[in-house]
Amino acid sequence: MSDTQAAVLFAGSLVVALAVLHVPLGDHLHRVFTSPRHTRAERLVYRAVGVDADAGQRWGAYARGVLAFSLVSVLFLYLFQRVQSRLPLALGHDDVPAPVAWNTAVSFVTNTNWQAYAGESTMGHLVQMAGLAVQNFVSAAVGLAVAIAFVRGFAGRGTGDLGNFWVDLTRAVLRVLLPLSAVAAVVLIAGGVVQNLDGAHTVTTLTGGTQTLPGGPVASQEAIKQLGTNGGGFYNANSAHPYENPSAWTSWVQILLMTAVPFALPRTFGRMAGDRRQGHAVVAVMAALALLSVTALNAAQLAHHGTVPEAVTAAAEGTEARFGVAGSATFAAATTLTSTGAVNSAHDSYTGLGGMVAMLDMMVGEVAPGGVGTGLVGLLVLAVVTVFVAGLMVGRTPEYLGKKIGPREIRLAALYFLVTPALALGGTALAMGLDGPRASMLNTGPHGLSEVLYAFTSAANNNGSAFGGLTTDTPFYTTALGLVMVLGRFVPIVLALALAGSLARQRPLPATAGTLPTHRPQFAALLAGVALVLVALTFLPALALGPLAEGMH
Amino acid sequence: MPTPSTLGPRVLLPALPGALRKLDPRTLWRNPVLFIVELGAAWTTVLTVRDPGVFAAAITAWLWLTVLFGTLAEAVAEGRGRAQAASLRRARRDTVARRLRDGTGAPEEVPATELRRGDLVVVEAGGTVPGDGEVIEGIATVDESAITGESAPVVRESGGDRSAVTGGTRVLSDRIVVRITQRPGESFVDTMIRLVEGAARQRTPNEIALNLLLLALTAVFLVAVVTVQPLAAYAVGGDHGLGDDPALGEHGINGVVLVSLLVCLIPTTIGALLSAIGIAGMDRLVRHNVLAMSGRAVEAAGDVDTLLLDKTGTITLGDRHASAFLPADGVPAAELADAAQLASLADETPEGRSVVVHAETAHGLPARAAGDLDGAHWVPFAASTRMSGVDLPDGDGTRSLRKGAAAAVTGWVRERGGAVPAALDAAVDGIAASGGTPLVVAEACGGTARVLGAVHLKDVVKPGMRERFAQMRAMGIRTVMVTGDNPRTAAAIAAEAGVDDHVAEARPEDKIALIRREQAGGRLVAMTGDGTNDAPALAQADVGVAMNTGTAAAKEAGNMVDLDSDPTKLIEIVRIGKQLLITRGALTTFSIANDVAKYFAIVPALFVGLYPGLAALDVMRLHSPQTAILSAVIFNALVIVALLPLALRGVRYTPGDASALLRRNLLVYGVGGVVAPFAGIKAIDLLLQFAPGLS
Repeated sequence: MSDTQAAVLFAGSLVVALAVLHVPLGDHLHRVFTSPRHTRAERLVYRAVGVDADAGQRWGAYARGVLAFSLVSVLFLYLFQRVQSRLPLALGHDDVPAPVAWNTAVSFVTNTNWQAYAGESTMGHLVQMAGLAVQNFVSAAVGLAVAIAFVRGFAGRGTGDLGNFWVDLTRAVLRVLLPLSAVAAVVLIAGGVVQNLDGAHTVTTLTGGTQTLPGGPVASQEAIKQLGTNGGGFYNANSAHPYENPSAWTSWVQILLMTAVPFALPRTFGRMAGDRRQGHAVVAVMAALALLSVTALNAAQLAHHGTVPEAVTAAAEGTEARFGVAGSATFAAATTLTSTGAVNSAHDSYTGLGGMVAMLDMMVGEVAPGGVGTGLVGLLVLAVVTVFVAGLMVGRTPEYLGKKIGPREIRLAALYFLVTPALALGGTALAMGLDGPRASMLNTGPHGLSEVLYAFTSAANNNGSAFGGLTTDTPFYTTALGLVMVLGRFVPIVLALALAGSLARQRPLPATAGTLPTHRPQFAALLAGVALVLVALTFLPALALGPLAEGMH
Repeated sequence: MPTPSTLGPRVLLPALPGALRKLDPRTLWRNPVLFIVELGAAWTTVLTVRDPGVFAAAITAWLWLTVLFGTLAEAVAEGRGRAQAASLRRARRDTVARRLRDGTGAPEEVPATELRRGDLVVVEAGGTVPGDGEVIEGIATVDESAITGESAPVVRESGGDRSAVTGGTRVLSDRIVVRITQRPGESFVDTMIRLVEGAARQRTPNEIALNLLLLALTAVFLVAVVTVQPLAAYAVGGDHGLGDDPALGEHGINGVVLVSLLVCLIPTTIGALLSAIGIAGMDRLVRHNVLAMSGRAVEAAGDVDTLLLDKTGTITLGDRHASAFLPADGVPAAELADAAQLASLADETPEGRSVVVHAETAHGLPARAAGDLDGAHWVPFAASTRMSGVDLPDGDGTRSLRKGAAAAVTGWVRERGGAVPAALDAAVDGIAASGGTPLVVAEACGGTARVLGAVHLKDVVKPGMRERFAQMRAMGIRTVMVTGDNPRTAAAIAAEAGVDDHVAEARPEDKIALIRREQAGGRLVAMTGDGTNDAPALAQADVGVAMNTGTAAAKEAGNMVDLDSDPTKLIEIVRIGKQLLITRGALTTFSIANDVAKYFAIVPALFVGLYPGLAALDVMRLHSPQTAILSAVIFNALVIVALLPLALRGVRYTPGDASALLRRNLLVYGVGGVVAPFAGIKAIDLLLQFAPGLS
């Protein structure tokens, strides 16, 4: 089987699996978030937290819930790491230093899972399980809750009610993420991922040398790491580590896990908005952009320019032999497209253009299909902007799903799209303008620039994957990237909730023949086009000095 | 009124002083896109003075031209209105009013500007109406050409729905007493002058939203351009081997080039043309003789979902016309036609005249006039008898012919001992059932009377209405006909005109209830009206178009006034509203699509000295980095001027469903917007390679 055939088979089978899976999963999500009934476990949670589960919230209250919960999470996670050595199961690790602890706390709460530390040599099992893994669940649940609240804005009938954050959060964890992760963990264990509470074993190898084999509750963490588009690896090598991701088929399962919820949400959106076709249009845009990226990344990696790649017929450097070039390229596309950030190969070693595609995946705003929840929100906000311009062209005040897009809506949507590029480019410019941060680069020239650009793009979009090469546990990078992660997560979330509140206060207008239809291929193509053109226009100058300069000979 | 269709020097030159005044940063900051271009131009001016060169000077000059073209666009749009305002001002020339003193009723002469609301003035033939008001006494013909441009005089009379007069119009005959209804300085003409001059123009919500979007795009590109500088500085890395690279120096990108990149990326085209589009939209309405009291109303017109139309005068011609003669048994058709014509010669009502005409056109009878017959005794139509007719000498007796309302004429026949055949009753009912009005023609001769037949009077639907309603339907607009007719008549006319729905036996309060019902469903409603009892509905409607002939109350309640008093104008108004929005969207799309080509010109030019591989991006194969950057800047400036006529005229609008509209506009302005600059920049570059002083 040639490389190309392998790539097509690997990616094609994922497409088929997702096409089948997104229907029942999307329907399940719809049931979970529209059901009026609470389970007994949930009622216990509400009683413990003191929440009136049947009271709706306007956007302000919903946003305050998100922010308060996240703030408490950051503080808890920070302190947890800072006192690690005094807790059980620390495996002898020290307290995590303050800058790294801050960076890590922020990183896991924002669903970024950027790791300025090496997993197995910094964190004990307790912090991994009760700290990091818990955030893997709840940060994804926050994203899911925000997405559902956002969709309620479209479905709203003039009351301004966006639902109840605490209910959405609880249900997302208990009814969606926990059961699915349990199943996924079993599958991964069957695939050879380790699951124990052991520390490191030292063994003598056949050649007489010694090797350290670190154990741990890996499979349980791996499941939610992918399912919640988190991406923070138990081990430093992340999904390239044989205990985290033993074979090509576990790699396939991991990609399926990270794309499952984001690709199912458009169906939930369609059902909640009362028009399934609207969901089809959104999922079509996500799928088209994703396929474009997967194809481009595979092509860049298989086209083998340069001495070494030509000798081995593909850009194999930095890839694990058990995954192959195609299995690595598709994983790289999936992890950057979904804001997961798990890696099974070194993106730093990719061809210039291959690395650029991974960056573009994030730069497009993590919308194809994006992170759990945030991907759908991002694409719908982009749809609001697209509807505005397209709606003008049909001669009516623009409206999307019967909601008028006026000055307030445009202000919020436009700000939403200003935040991430400003953070990514501003951070990069700052780092490149300062001598100290510039010294952290491993490489010089365009490749060094790519390392920094990738880091800030990843943090701003809450992806969490790293290009590598860059030393990021310095005070500058832990602080700067931490700030970029916080702002890149919560500013867009608050803006999106404000937009949803504004939409929810409007009563829907009836559609007529003069209304712009937003479920047809015409609109889907336009939306995809707008996404691509906007990202290209914004990032081309920076890309020209990094990956483009490197990739074009 | 002159309508400059092309942009020659005759249009542009007079606008130039205004355009230069608009360059003042204290006013220009309201247009953030142009303001940033101006700041950039100012900065490159400083840079050029410090380090002169042909390239820097050329870029600076074209950046200033870019700002100037932008302000010029607005000035030209305003200038078109100014010419109109000047002619209006002539109509408002100082008039002297003859005010009736309280109590005594004796007139005194006061300047028109001193008139207050409620003052009574008397205007006689040859005099000018000193202010807006209502006729409370008398009837007169008035020349309103100064306002409407229509030279035929109109009748204004006290009471009823034709009582409003406008200041500045001239009374041609008779004498009227007018009660002034305006406050000083707020007359109709004053409002009109402010509107056409653009002084009263407030940004509409949609315009504000679009401005916000442009602002955000500008901010994104500002970030992209500003942040690339440290990256470029790093890339250059103190590499002095660049020599005299036009774009890069040891500190990164040269200031002039950086500004060029920014100006080419931010949406200057739409930013420069946006306010011109808005002014031109109002202007187009004024050219259609419609005054909108706010830009908001114009935009709302584009959004209208439901159109409420009065039957009479809007959908139908207003008068009923004879459409068929139905002879009674044993009466030849020609005899009935002859009798109907004779009986109608003394009937001056439109219905009566239509019977005469129908006899001529459909039955080939010669044209006859009342004076042609000797010894005839004419019985003119009277509302009390509801008949008209003639008594002709016939041998020694008299032959009487009568035509009129079915009940009146059959009564007349019975009085004279005649019988009314059952077949006639059936014919009369049939006519009524089909929505028509039946008339009966009868003859009394030699002591006996007999029915000759019936005349079918029909409401005539204006020509072309069916097609217009079909267009409306395609645009997603529902048309509802409102009439006081009985349900049967209403249904028949609604079917013939092709409206979507109708309301029969409607009272004024039904209209407002209907509007509320539509609005409760989230629909925007437009209607026209002229009477005082229309005022509440006009105020309730999202777009209320008052007829200029209407009462002051109606004109005050609506948010537009149609000077031609043509109720079908509503359809034009909807088109103009849509065209305004489409023009905005199309030019925004074009502006953003243009950026793609500009990138392909500028980005390789910027960095090719550093990374020769980037030359592959130079798909246009431009002459040199300098000519590439200058070409993009020049194209960016010229496209504003090139699109100004389109902004003023509005893009072509053909009614159709939204998908078809979007497809067409995306193709023209989206795809066209991507392709056009590739050709334009290449063409400019081909010329620039011969320019002296550029590398």
